[in-house]
Amino acid sequence: MERISRLVGSTLARHLLVAALGMVVVVMALTAVSDFRRFQLAEMACLAIAAGGLTVLTGLNGQLSLGHGALMAVGTYTTALLLPDRDASTPLVLVVLISVCTATLVGALVGVAAARLHGPYLAGATLALAVAVPGLALHFRETLGGEQGIPVVAPPPPGWAEDATYFLTASDLTPRGWIAFLAWSTLILSFLLLANLSHSRVGRRWRAVRDDPVAAELAGIVVGRSRVSAFMVSAAAAGAAGSMLALVVRLAAPGSFTLALSLTLIAAVVLGGLGSLTGALLGAALLTFLPQFVTQIGRDAGLDDVRAAELAPLVYGLVMVLVILLAPGGLFGVIRGALTRRRARRALAARSVEASTSTRPDPDSPPDEQLTDPSGDHRTATTTEGAPR
Amino acid sequence: MKRMKQVRLTPVAALVASALVLSACGAGGRDDDDGDAADSGSTVGVTDDKVTIGAHFPLTGVAAPGYNEIPTGARAYFDFVNANGGVHGRQIEYVVRDDAYNPTNTTKVTNELLLQDEIFAMVGGLGTPTHSAVVDQLNEEGVPDLFVSSGSLMWGDDPEARPMTFGWQPDYESEAKIIGQYVAENMPDAKVGLFLQDDDFGEDAEKGARQFLEEQIVGVERYTSGNTDVGPQIAGLQGAGADLVLGFNTPAYTALARLVSLSLGYEPQWFVSSVGSDSPLVGSLLAEFSEGAVKPGAGALDGVMTTEYIPTLDQGDDPWVQLWERVWEEHGEKGDLSNYKIYGMSHAYALVQALQGVGEDLTREGLVEFMEEQGEGLDGPQLAPFRYGTDSHLGISGMRIVELEGRGSKELTPVLVTDIGDAEITEDTSGQADDAPPESGIPE
Repeated sequence: MERISRLVGSTLARHLLVAALGMVVVVMALTAVSDFRRFQLAEMACLAIAAGGLTVLTGLNGQLSLGHGALMAVGTYTTALLLPDRDASTPLVLVVLISVCTATLVGALVGVAAARLHGPYLAGATLALAVAVPGLALHFRETLGGEQGIPVVAPPPPGWAEDATYFLTASDLTPRGWIAFLAWSTLILSFLLLANLSHSRVGRRWRAVRDDPVAAELAGIVVGRSRVSAFMVSAAAAGAAGSMLALVVRLAAPGSFTLALSLTLIAAVVLGGLGSLTGALLGAALLTFLPQFVTQIGRDAGLDDVRAAELAPLVYGLVMVLVILLAPGGLFGVIRGALTRRRARRALAARSVEASTSTRPDPDSPPDEQLTDPSGDHRTATTTEGAPR
Repeated sequence: MKRMKQVRLTPVAALVASALVLSACGAGGRDDDDGDAADSGSTVGVTDDKVTIGAHFPLTGVAAPGYNEIPTGARAYFDFVNANGGVHGRQIEYVVRDDAYNPTNTTKVTNELLLQDEIFAMVGGLGTPTHSAVVDQLNEEGVPDLFVSSGSLMWGDDPEARPMTFGWQPDYESEAKIIGQYVAENMPDAKVGLFLQDDDFGEDAEKGARQFLEEQIVGVERYTSGNTDVGPQIAGLQGAGADLVLGFNTPAYTALARLVSLSLGYEPQWFVSSVGSDSPLVGSLLAEFSEGAVKPGAGALDGVMTTEYIPTLDQGDDPWVQLWERVWEEHGEKGDLSNYKIYGMSHAYALVQALQGVGEDLTREGLVEFMEEQGEGLDGPQLAPFRYGTDSHLGISGMRIVELEGRGSKELTPVLVTDIGDAEITEDTSGQADDAPPESGIPE
């Protein structure tokens, strides 16, 4: 019994359990929705993976990157080059891994440069990356396909996946369903890794460097190395996202990796809540579904095509402004705040006046830390306090 | 502490377990959600009183000015047809989605059109990089992909690889051949400079032009779409001593190139392909880019040579233009008729004609079959006939060369027709340019 409780109490086991639950929910959701929603969900997964990587970099390590779209492009192009036609023999898992490695490598190079910079200089350097990488595709048009890009032939679903789908859901696996499943599996795997990493010693070092580089240095952390490692992890996530995007969009073209994509990723992170993986997921969901939803509303309201299309960026901008004004902690911050407040009220009702002061949400602590420290411990304290000892 | 966590996790574990049980239950007899109904779905988007078609256009973003007017024009014509009873009793529902000229978005909106809106056919999707993102998908899923708004060879030179796709405007190579031959014959002493967009547009055009101008070309400069500094390119052409510049570029770059050459004191004769020569748009862009130093209005491109393959707004006595004016007056939205709207109306006319031709029993296969068998004989505003057949799905076969002056243009040649590769350039004898629309304005 003691052993089981220790196992369940460990961070890894908790994350594994959440991941398994996530996987089940994903499979059920993908079964229940239409093929178009599957495609949208796949697209959302790509955005979320990259945003997850970015939120770790920016939220935990304090580095800003305007160039994550370019790192995604690296992943996408690697995948596209490895999957030139239907007979491509490289196994898909290997293709994704190679794409992740390539992006990590590029991330390491950029990270080395980035570790020396901070603030606007860092933003400028990564901005250059976002602008330059699509240009490479135009310059090396023989291999990278120029403006038109390289078509990607997504491998068909393997036999076992088709059988398993039929066994579980009694319906056939569509190619879009398969790709969506792949994208969400990648999302869950990468979030699992990112969550574990940020709760480990590495993550604590990243936070230490974010909060005060000098103090971190004094405590024996090599600041530069810590920054580069954060950038590499983040780039790996972007590479995985890019690789999935290649399968979803079935094309690697420079037009897909404009500066706007990098900014969209940042927007997803900010909207969702900086530093939180759940927030990245929420932000990605919002940015995937909002434009289509708004355009549809505009159309239903009788606007002409151009007006309805222009409505989407307008609402996007408004939502952004409102979130920053009203909920600086992002959507996840709002949800977390509400949860903490409710808990606090319950604790109050349960009596203990001083408990209410210790459970008041601490606006300065990044949402992510909540799982491990202060609030968790406080809560234990409050709930056990009234109980007979 | 440990105990607390365990308690908190119990519901999670229970959820996992129940979810697993739930999904295992699914193995039974659920039979909803059958995804794409195989190939029997050839009447997707068609009902007894409606046919739904779709298109992707840049309605927002940098490529939107000008191009976002094309679907407005097409919609006005479809409304005109619908108001007159539709085609075989079916109203045409036209769904336009914005891709902002980004291939990722094109995939997105095409999925939306195919799966959510369930369109019968894609009509007039715009752009080479954008449409090439979805062309394979459309062909794989057997969706007719008509009248792509781009002059790339890709839409028609290989019908076996892309059986569902049909081009519309003259391809860039044929256009460059016609321009090249004209220059070689009429300006044999000109030193020719090429100003090219650095993608398949410029590449196809260079191939065509070089067939006739290999000896005369003194300089070739390429610009990357999106980079607005064309100073080096124009200075390069000036340095090479080019006194005739052939521009295969978009309207914004016509304006930029003109502006830069004005500031460099470089005054060559300009010959801009049909893509980049819309006089009103270039005029307003010039005024905008020069911050008012160049006055907006017609005449910005006076003396510039170009080509045309459909009658344009300035030809007010052309019966087609009169029809477009009538359509716009009756069913258009706010704003004036423009050449981009006419472009949209022109391919809308071709679609209505094809739908009429297929007959009451409309299927995707039937439409493609009709296009291959009888597409060449379609009437319409185009000056030269289409090239549709089993060997080619390329669109309009030719154009005439004109010189822009004020609001109008002066014809320099009759309509010339040709094809890709070594095909000869001949004067058009089909009389396509002289036809007029039926009284009703709707093809029979």
